[in-house]
Amino acid sequence: MLKLSRYVLYDILRSKVIIAYALFLGVITFSLFSLEDNESKAILSLLNIVLIIIPLMSMIFTTIHYYNSYEFIELLLAQPMGRGRILLSEYGGVAISLVTAFWTGAGIPVLLYAFNPTGMALLFTGTCLTLIFTSLAFVTAVRARDKARGIGMALLLWFYFALIYDGLILMILFTFSDYPMEKATLALAALNPIDLGRIFIMLKMDISALMGYTGALYKQFFGSAQGILFTTAIMLAWIIAPLLIALRMFRKKDL
Amino acid sequence: MGFILSFHSMNMRILFLFISLLFLQPVQARTIVAGAGSSIPSLTKALLLAEDGDTIILKSGTYREGNHVIRKAITLLGENGAILDGENKHEILTISGHDIKVKGIRFINAGYSALNDFAAIKLVDCARVIIENNTVINAYFAIHISNSNDCTVRGNSVSGTPRSEQLTGNGIHLWKCSGAMIDNNHITGHRDGIYFEFVTGSTVQRNQSERNIRYGLHFMFSHNDHYTNNTFHNNGAGVAVMYSHQVTMTGNTFDENWGPSAYGLLLKEISDSHIEKNIFLRNTAGIYMEGSSRIQILHNNFTSNGWAVRVQASCDGNEFRENNFFGNSFDVATNGTMVLNTFDRNYWDKYEGYDINHDGTGDIPYHPISMYSMIVEQTPSTLILMRSFMVTLMDKAEKAIPSLTPENLVDNKPCMKPNKK
Amino acid sequence: MIRIEKIHKRFRRLQALDDISCFFGKGQVVALIGPNGSGKTTLIKCILGMVKPDSGQIFVNQLPVEKDPAYRASIGYMPQIGRYPDNMRIGHLFRMMKNIRQVPDNELDTDLLVKFNLVSLFEKPLRTLSGGTRQKVSAALAFYFNPDILILDEPTAGLDPLSSEILKEKIMEEKKKEKLILITSHILSDLDDLTTDVIYMQDGKLVFYKDINTLQQETGEEKLGKAIAHVMKTEKREALWIDEVLADKK
Repeated sequence: MLKLSRYVLYDILRSKVIIAYALFLGVITFSLFSLEDNESKAILSLLNIVLIIIPLMSMIFTTIHYYNSYEFIELLLAQPMGRGRILLSEYGGVAISLVTAFWTGAGIPVLLYAFNPTGMALLFTGTCLTLIFTSLAFVTAVRARDKARGIGMALLLWFYFALIYDGLILMILFTFSDYPMEKATLALAALNPIDLGRIFIMLKMDISALMGYTGALYKQFFGSAQGILFTTAIMLAWIIAPLLIALRMFRKKDL
Repeated sequence: MGFILSFHSMNMRILFLFISLLFLQPVQARTIVAGAGSSIPSLTKALLLAEDGDTIILKSGTYREGNHVIRKAITLLGENGAILDGENKHEILTISGHDIKVKGIRFINAGYSALNDFAAIKLVDCARVIIENNTVINAYFAIHISNSNDCTVRGNSVSGTPRSEQLTGNGIHLWKCSGAMIDNNHITGHRDGIYFEFVTGSTVQRNQSERNIRYGLHFMFSHNDHYTNNTFHNNGAGVAVMYSHQVTMTGNTFDENWGPSAYGLLLKEISDSHIEKNIFLRNTAGIYMEGSSRIQILHNNFTSNGWAVRVQASCDGNEFRENNFFGNSFDVATNGTMVLNTFDRNYWDKYEGYDINHDGTGDIPYHPISMYSMIVEQTPSTLILMRSFMVTLMDKAEKAIPSLTPENLVDNKPCMKPNKK
Repeated sequence: MIRIEKIHKRFRRLQALDDISCFFGKGQVVALIGPNGSGKTTLIKCILGMVKPDSGQIFVNQLPVEKDPAYRASIGYMPQIGRYPDNMRIGHLFRMMKNIRQVPDNELDTDLLVKFNLVSLFEKPLRTLSGGTRQKVSAALAFYFNPDILILDEPTAGLDPLSSEILKEKIMEEKKKEKLILITSHILSDLDDLTTDVIYMQDGKLVFYKDINTLQQETGEEKLGKAIAHVMKTEKREALWIDEVLADKK
């Protein structure tokens, strides 16, 4: 499997889009750190990139790559190779190249300028979100035969996780503001990888605020060793579950 | 004595006074060495022998003699290693007098009493007493001063064994005092590090109060006091000051006071005071103020706090000028729409305006309250959405068309660069 | 070598394959012909395991297709449209395939690589290639591992006449080696000298499956195109497609 991933990776790492993506991240991150005298402000801007741009880029790039590789995947299917192996190789290739782009673009400057818990949390979250949204994009791409439809679905999914979901949480919190909602909110937030990643970083960045009020509960939960384990487990589940769904669909699918 | 009293002559009385003065002169310079290896083995005996003006030097060693009382104007000096042990039963040293000095002694295991506020060192009705360079370990109250004037507590190190709030006394406790000087002490592990009640005209400076169960510094009904260059670090609930006026707080550091009801500095019913050049670092709330008026808050640094400043609507006439706000989750929060306080020439790192005329202040006013901070105020559980894309969009929308945030809470001249003073 | 038993496949409204059964053996060169959408490509994809039939079974060398993908080691496939990763070089592509198939170097068939002069292009990224060159790559790849079965989907489409001739010669050679070759093509003249058998499909049905001699005898036509046209005229008028093809030729 890795053999094949290597070639996919080799191909993608030479693609202009992925190079542009790494450059974009690099330029933004470096300029954020060097222009802002206040490191925490740079981290804050970077947070938005990690939470918004990375999922978007991962989804769109993966979807387009999948459709562009359709004929190639067909050719691979004519070889003595299982379907699972082919899809996982594709996933491996795309995911590794996106993660590589993220680490070269954002990772290096963060390691240079913000080698601290917040910076590390940022890189952890960025990596997880890349893997998760690549996974999710495989579901939509395998599901929709039509390219435009696939990209549309990917965008919708991104929009849902990045914005609509939080809107729903806010509505729920307003509606039930008289009830103790902390634990329910906690569960709700865990069901969205972007929220989960955000809270994980926030625990490093906004620890002071989180210690106040209900925040203390979040801190207690997510800040404990169990919480970190929980976060990692949920993130892993978000990577693996969609991938398994994509695999199942891909195995049954007529190409 | 009978012989003297039987005379009623004025001359005899003068003569007697003269003779006793002759006797007193050499006594005043007397130094009594007490303790192990000395002819006076116990401190109790030395204290009995000592007269006003004497100095007792306590030799190295551990003394378990229960409670000691000093009423005479003496100096008690501990040699290196001189330890008074209260065996968890006794108040160790009780002082009631004037011009007394206690220096260099280690007090350990003072007793606990639910009825009396047992202390390692207790001063009652004193004047000009100096408590200097002592160490107090594992006491209920460490240094307890009541109804005293012009006393000094300097260079002591106090560390308690934190139990519950009821079972732990205060580190340095002053009640009904004036002219006190609390200088360069280190206090940890008590209920309140430094506690003032009805204390006036006093100074608290260069102290370090950390990891106390409740407040690092707590004062009530204490007017005209100065607090300078102290550090209050990681106390259960930060620093609380209440019901006082004419208070000056300068150059203090309030940091890492974390918790659901922890504040760097809690101001309740404080008026006509100055809070200047302090550093508020990583507190849940830097300053929380309630019912406070006419406070000048100048040249402070608020860095990485959850809320830099929480001003309740019950505050008025307070002035925030030339402070710096860096990396706080929220800069200002309030619970109402009426704002009677002014913000002027502060530096806000979240400010995104410009300065075309290069006068150092931004050309468009800055509203330090975000829409989201209002929402969090109403529904605290929404804190979970902090830094989300939706909140960012919401705040941007609110900046463009303000509707919820108090319009008059505004800094009309936000500084472009941090204030350096 | 390939046994197809009662294959049915339906895509929503379209009955793509309707009860297809047939057997292909060694040394056969089978021309799969029929109008667009008649189910040729679907049948090929079924054999390759890309499309899963609703019912029926396919065996390749006695092994059922749906179980183990290993049977594909004996198949070389040349797709209708060859698209490859943009930044991969030709050399890489061949190396990768070698990696997947694990065929030792001395068993490789580099004939077409040499004849199409692809070796000189080994360092060129696939994205820069013309459609014709990509087609050459696809062909070379199909023959590369010297497989027992060759499935060629529109092999000559897009190839220049010279290359087309080279490919045909290659197919002839492989035919002599007792291999099974399945070809679909619109250009019936290309199939003339190669074919041993003809399958004609329409609307997912197998209309007829005859060897070329029988066909020639029945129709009295030498050329495949004319023979087919003859069959169609005598059977149904529906096959307008064949007229188009014949018209193109003239």
